[in-house]
Amino acid sequence: MERPAWAPRSIDISVPSVSRIYDFYLGGSHNFEVDREAARKAMEFMPGLPKIMQANRAFMRRAVRFAADQGITQFLDVGSGIPTFGNVHEVAQSASPGARVVYVDHDPVAVAHSEAVLRDNADAGVVAADLRKPQEILASAEVQQLIDLNRPVALLLVAILHFVEDEDDPYGAVAELRDALAPGSLLVLTHASYEGIPLPPERAAGTVDVYKDIRNPLIMRSRDDIARFFEGYDMVEPGLVPMPRWRPESETWDPQDEDPWAFSGFAGVGRTA
Amino acid sequence: VIAEPDGPEGRLRRFATIWSRAVFPVTTTSSTRPEFEEQLLPLARRLSEALRARTFDADEGRALGAALVTVHCTDPEALSQTLDCVDAYLVLYCGGDGDQEDLRVRASRLQHAMAAGFAAALRERTLAEQEAISAAALKAQGVVAQALHASEARFRAVFEGAAIGIGMADLEGNILQVNEALLRMFGISEQMMRGRNVMEWTHPEDAPQTWTLYDELVRGEREHYHLEKAFSRPDGTVLWTNLTVSLLRDADGNPQYQLALMEDTTERRLLNLRLRYEATHDALTGLPNRTFFFERLEKALGAGAGQRFGLCYLDLDGFKTINDSLGHAAGDRLLVEVADRLQSCTTAPGEMVARLGGDEFVALTTGTDTEREVDELASRIMHALLAPISVDGRELTVRGSIGIVEGPAGERSAAEVLRSADITMYRAKASGGNRFELADEEADARAITRHGLTTALPTALERGEFFIEYQPLVHLGDGSVRGAEALVRWLHPQHGVLGPDRFIPLAEHTGLIVPLGRWVLEQSVRQARAWRERHEEAGPLRINVNLSPCQLTHPGLVQDTVDILERAGVEPDALCLEVTESALIGADDDLLKPLRRLAEMGVDIALDDFGTGYSNLANLRRLPVSILKLDRSFTQSMQQFPADPVDLKIVEGIVSLAHSLDLAVTVEGVETGAQAEQLRILGCDTAQGWYYARPGPPERLHELALVDATG
Repeated sequence: MERPAWAPRSIDISVPSVSRIYDFYLGGSHNFEVDREAARKAMEFMPGLPKIMQANRAFMRRAVRFAADQGITQFLDVGSGIPTFGNVHEVAQSASPGARVVYVDHDPVAVAHSEAVLRDNADAGVVAADLRKPQEILASAEVQQLIDLNRPVALLLVAILHFVEDEDDPYGAVAELRDALAPGSLLVLTHASYEGIPLPPERAAGTVDVYKDIRNPLIMRSRDDIARFFEGYDMVEPGLVPMPRWRPESETWDPQDEDPWAFSGFAGVGRTA
Repeated sequence: VIAEPDGPEGRLRRFATIWSRAVFPVTTTSSTRPEFEEQLLPLARRLSEALRARTFDADEGRALGAALVTVHCTDPEALSQTLDCVDAYLVLYCGGDGDQEDLRVRASRLQHAMAAGFAAALRERTLAEQEAISAAALKAQGVVAQALHASEARFRAVFEGAAIGIGMADLEGNILQVNEALLRMFGISEQMMRGRNVMEWTHPEDAPQTWTLYDELVRGEREHYHLEKAFSRPDGTVLWTNLTVSLLRDADGNPQYQLALMEDTTERRLLNLRLRYEATHDALTGLPNRTFFFERLEKALGAGAGQRFGLCYLDLDGFKTINDSLGHAAGDRLLVEVADRLQSCTTAPGEMVARLGGDEFVALTTGTDTEREVDELASRIMHALLAPISVDGRELTVRGSIGIVEGPAGERSAAEVLRSADITMYRAKASGGNRFELADEEADARAITRHGLTTALPTALERGEFFIEYQPLVHLGDGSVRGAEALVRWLHPQHGVLGPDRFIPLAEHTGLIVPLGRWVLEQSVRQARAWRERHEEAGPLRINVNLSPCQLTHPGLVQDTVDILERAGVEPDALCLEVTESALIGADDDLLKPLRRLAEMGVDIALDDFGTGYSNLANLRRLPVSILKLDRSFTQSMQQFPADPVDLKIVEGIVSLAHSLDLAVTVEGVETGAQAEQLRILGCDTAQGWYYARPGPPERLHELALVDATG
């Protein structure tokens, strides 16, 4: 059976979506009022959320370039959301023309939008699948067509794992994906944490509540818990660090130039042995 | 190109730096600030050129405003910061040496155009993105709708095409939807189904829990239930189904519908009932058969405390004669009539009658008062058989023997009860028939042991449970061992060592005596050869083996004996076959022929237990015997001292008669030296008894013979 006979659950755009909220943080208009309302509520507690997202995007861009420098030409971006400027395929394909990119998201609207954006890009595709079911990702037609799992892949789990609750076994899912990757593959990961947020956790918790209300709980994990996602990987220098500190590209980089919110949470890159 | 710090290029760069620093914090770019500055530099150059162009180009100003949106400065604050920069620094760093007032006016106009261009571009982009995301949402919904449609079509096909009946009802029981299969099963149209309620479908055969389960389900206390349920069809027939009812809940988990899946099991049920009937009833009489009876008996025996059972085991007297004389068809008709009469005797609840086979019937009564009931039942049966039965125009008088077993439940197994009833019935029959007898434990026990031994005999031979002991035969004249009598024993796994008197009659009865006798003969002859080899010096030792009446008439006797002797390489004169006097009473020549043949070959024939039966002395002459074995009853009186003179005379007479017929005399049961001496004086030839040795293993005989030979 290729697909279950059941129709997917209907799409309710009156329910906020984390992809569209993320787009709003990044100044996009790929969102609806329900999304903006939730985003504004979350920003009441953490006004710097857009800066955190920007730092995520900036880290991702640096990490993709790093991967391209390492000779990696295949990218699997799980939890890709709404494609905005500076997407993985733009960065990757400008650094390494012909690079293959597969986006994965479980939000059908994000997938539909990605399909529209990627319509003319033969080297990029999008899969409607869930990180909690890694085999569905690996078995998808797009992955099968675009990605050669016998060669190294950069697996991007940027700002997604903090949406997977422990009972859904995120560690198991990450390990399952790792086991499918060829040696020399990279895991590019960012994760939300109370550590680094320039606010007392009690206050930041208000944001967590907003996400709980929209049935997309935000799981803040400690640095140690985040580090466990890299089991089976060798950490690439400088290890698991606040996002701006991961391989800043300018030699004259000065932390003072960065927004204090950008240091919320952690980012890191690991390499499979 | 390295810009001179104070050259036009250097000044342009400084403007771009100031601009980027002002705007960067409010952009959403993922670039670093220096990268961002690189993105702004071409824009700064175009601004500089527009400032100094000969004629003012508003379009270029608008384009520059729009370019801000392109480099992701979509926040209105980014425009504000940009315009502040242009206002404060553009003329300063990029004005060159033009007229300051003109440049200011030009910069101001540029700002107006940039604001308009920014607003227009942002509006375009916002609208485009809104449209894109709406389109994506629509498309996603379309995909879902399409999938939903396809899935509905698929499931409608499943629903309509399913072979099992499917129906949905609300929680009040109102039927909402049913499929074709269900309508077919019920034999009604969709119209007739409309407006019906599940709760109308009660049926007399509903299991007690049927509607309790239903209530639990619609109350949301149970997710599903499964049972066999009957429904009445409009045409009056019954529909039997395997019914599964499930509770369907809405997204919030509240009970919403009930779903029934049903499979028509009417046919299967009928077939099962028929098969069950056939498996449990006797084809001839229609009565319950042995299987059914055992089920009921086991149930009765498994009943709780205080419950009892009574069983009548009936066997018709002389049924075989009727069958033989009038034929099986007549016999069958008689059995059918008997069955009908018996059936009429068992009308109370808890009573049943069954045919076990042949002319054997059982009637069972259960309850608390079976002690009285079973007697009445037996009387009713005897009474029911009184009236003659008319078969083929003949009035046949039928009588029966009944064995009754009655007792409390929970003590005995069905097999034990039935065996007891069977034995008791035979007792009734043995007492003349046409009566009933009550089971008696002691009588049962005897019969059961007999029965048990009989059934265990065949396997006992296969398992080697038999063994042979040898009792020496001693010459009264010199006290030497002349041979031994082979005596078979059975080492029974439960009862221990059993003597021949316990099982030889049973073996005779079952015919097992033939193989058993052959085995004894083989063993004994083989033993005889062993002795002959080891004790040649002790003179020829002879082995005495008993022949039962059954073996005597067996056609293979002579050939078997010859074969056994030849195979063992033993001369016929090493063997003496003992035949009881009673076995030869009235023996004709046919019966004696094999014995004669054996005697002619050199096998000795001894007449065993002489003096116990009808000792036809005249007959002795024509029997091919060479030895008389006097029964122990003659020697018993000689244990006392002085011996009974009459007995002495009798023995003396027999010995003298025997000797005159050229027969040797052996005495059995010699237990004392006085006896032995007395018998020697009377002229007996050989003796055996405990005085010499009890029966024992063959090695014992070696020892005796050895002592004898050396002594």
